Amino acid sequence: MKLGKATREAFGLALAQLGETNPDIVVVDGDVGNSTRTELFGKKYPTRFFNVGIAESNLVSVAAGLASSGKRAWLASFAAFVMCNAYDQLRMSVAFPCLDVKVVGTHAGISIGEDGPSQMGIEDVGLACSLPNFTVIVPADEPSTFKAIEALNKMRTPAYLRAGRPNVPIVYEGDFEFQIGKANQLRAGSDLTIIAYGLMIGPVLQAAEELAKTGVQARVLDMHTIKPLDHAAVLAAAKETGRIVVAEEHLLHGGLGSAVAMSVVRQHPVPMRFVGINDTFAESGKPDELLAKYGLTAADIVKAARDLPARK
Amino acid sequence: MTVRLSLPDLLAKAKVIRRHIVMSTTAAASGHPTSSMSATDIVTALYFGGVMRYDAKNPTAPGRDKFILSKGHAAPLLYAILAEAGYFSTDLLPTLRKIGSPLEGHPNYRRLPGVEASTGSLGQGLSIGVGAALAAKLDNFDARTYVLTGDGEVAEGQIWEAVMSAAKYRLDNLVCIIDQNGYQQTGATSDVLDLRPLVPKFEAFGWFAQEINGHDVNEILIAFDKAKHIKGKPSAIVCRTVKGYPIHQMLASDPNHHGKPLTKDEAEQAYAIIG
Repeated sequence: MKLGKATREAFGLALAQLGETNPDIVVVDGDVGNSTRTELFGKKYPTRFFNVGIAESNLVSVAAGLASSGKRAWLASFAAFVMCNAYDQLRMSVAFPCLDVKVVGTHAGISIGEDGPSQMGIEDVGLACSLPNFTVIVPADEPSTFKAIEALNKMRTPAYLRAGRPNVPIVYEGDFEFQIGKANQLRAGSDLTIIAYGLMIGPVLQAAEELAKTGVQARVLDMHTIKPLDHAAVLAAAKETGRIVVAEEHLLHGGLGSAVAMSVVRQHPVPMRFVGINDTFAESGKPDELLAKYGLTAADIVKAARDLPARK
Repeated sequence: MTVRLSLPDLLAKAKVIRRHIVMSTTAAASGHPTSSMSATDIVTALYFGGVMRYDAKNPTAPGRDKFILSKGHAAPLLYAILAEAGYFSTDLLPTLRKIGSPLEGHPNYRRLPGVEASTGSLGQGLSIGVGAALAAKLDNFDARTYVLTGDGEVAEGQIWEAVMSAAKYRLDNLVCIIDQNGYQQTGATSDVLDLRPLVPKFEAFGWFAQEINGHDVNEILIAFDKAKHIKGKPSAIVCRTVKGYPIHQMLASDPNHHGKPLTKDEAEQAYAIIG
C-alpha cells in the first residue's frame, strides 16, 4: 500500500480549504496549531483563528461561545489533552447545548511513539462516545479524512474526529463513498468479519491476506463512524460471516469493541474477539516497536481470528 | 431595544423579582433563593435600567447583547428576570424544577428563550462570554456580553484562563460581574479560599476593574456606564453583596443558607420584608 499523509495533515489541509467557501468557520487553537495543523487555516485566515494559549478548558468553552453566536467553530488539540483536560467543558459547554463545535484530537494512540504515554490519547474515542449529541469519527487515511471533514462541515451538531500523527497507507484510491454512520466494506469474505478504524485498517488488511493463505476469507469493514454505529453492517457481518474480530488502537474498555459487542449481543450474538490496548498505559519507543509490544499488529489480528471457535 | 425604568420603578421591579425568587423556590421546595437574591439588583439594572439591548420577542436576534449566568444555581433569578422581560409568561415561574418544565434547576440553553448558555458546572460562563465577544467583534456588531459569576466560583482555574484570553483579544465588549456575597457551599468564602481583593487581580491581568456596592442601583448603573466607555480592555465589576438580601436578618442563624428554599411560613415573612 502506498504511504499517504498523516490524517492530522489531511485535516489541516481540508480545514484550510473549507475556510475559503465558509466565511463563518472559525478555528480555536490551544497553542498546538503547528502539531494539529490548524496553523494552515490560521495563516490563510488570521482574523478567524484564535490561539487562546495552553488552556484547554477555555479553548473548548470559547469555541462554544463562538458557536452559540452563529459561528461554525472548529478546535483542535492533542486527543489526550482536549478529551481528558477539558471533558467537563465538552460535556457542559458543547454537548448539552448541542452546539456546532467540531473537536479534533490529534496525536491519538500509541503510534505517536517517542513522546510517551502522557501524550497518547488511548481513551478519547470512548470518552467522545459518552457525550450525548456527539458524532464520533476516526478516518483511516488521507483521502477519507478529506471526505470526513467535508461531511462534518455539513452537520450543525457537535462531533469528535480523531487524527493520528504518523503517515499512514492510502486505503481509498480513486472514487469512493464516505457517509457518516455507514461502514465501508474494504474486502469481501464470508468466514469472519474484521471491524476496525483509523491506523488499524492497514494491519487488518494485511491480516486478511494472511488468513486467505489458509483459505479463511475475512470481510473487512472500515467502521470510520463509531457513533452513530452502523448497526445494519454489524448485523450483516454477524449473520453472514458468523464471527467477528474488532481491532482498534484504543483501550479495550469503551472503544469500538464495546460498541460492536453491544450491537451484536442485541441483534445476533456470535463469537467475538478483541484486539486493543488491554487496560494499560504504553511507554516511549518507536511506533512500530510499540504497536508490536502492545499487541496491535497484523499478527495479533490473525491470532485473534484463529482463536475464534470454528463456524458452526 | 432597551428598557430604561425610572429609579423608583427599578427598585419596584427588583422587589417583584425577589418575590418571584422566593415564590418559585418555595413552590419547588428546593433551589438557591439566597444566591439569587444577592445578585437581583445587579441583573435587574442590566435588563431594566437601560443597560442591555435585547428583544424578548426575537431572542436570537443577531447583534443582541447577551447575559450569561455563569453561577447557574441562581437560575430562579434568571427565570424571574426573563419572565418579567417578556421572554415567557410569569405563569411558568411556579413550575421551577418540576418535571416537564423548561425551568430546570440550572439553566438549559435548549429549552428556554433568553437563556444564552447552559450552566451549572461552575467556571465555564466567562469563556463562553469570550467566544460571544470575539464573534461580535468579527461581525462588527456593537454587541456587549455580560457574565455573572459567584465569588466562590472564581476559584475555578478556567475563570482565569478566560480572563487572560479576554485581555489578549482586548475584549472591551465583555463585562465580568462578580457577585461577591461572601459565602459558598460549605461556608464563608473568606474561610474556604479567600481571593479578595479581586480588583487588583483583574487589573494585573490587564482588565479595567471596579468595586461597588451591589445593592445600590445607582452605583451599579454608573459602573456599567463606565465599563461601556473603556476601550481596548475587558471590564470586571466586583459587587459587594449580601447573600439573601434583604431577608438576610431573618436568616441570621444561618447566614449562608445555601441551596435551601424557604418554608411557606418563612416565605410569608420574606414577602413582608421585601415589600
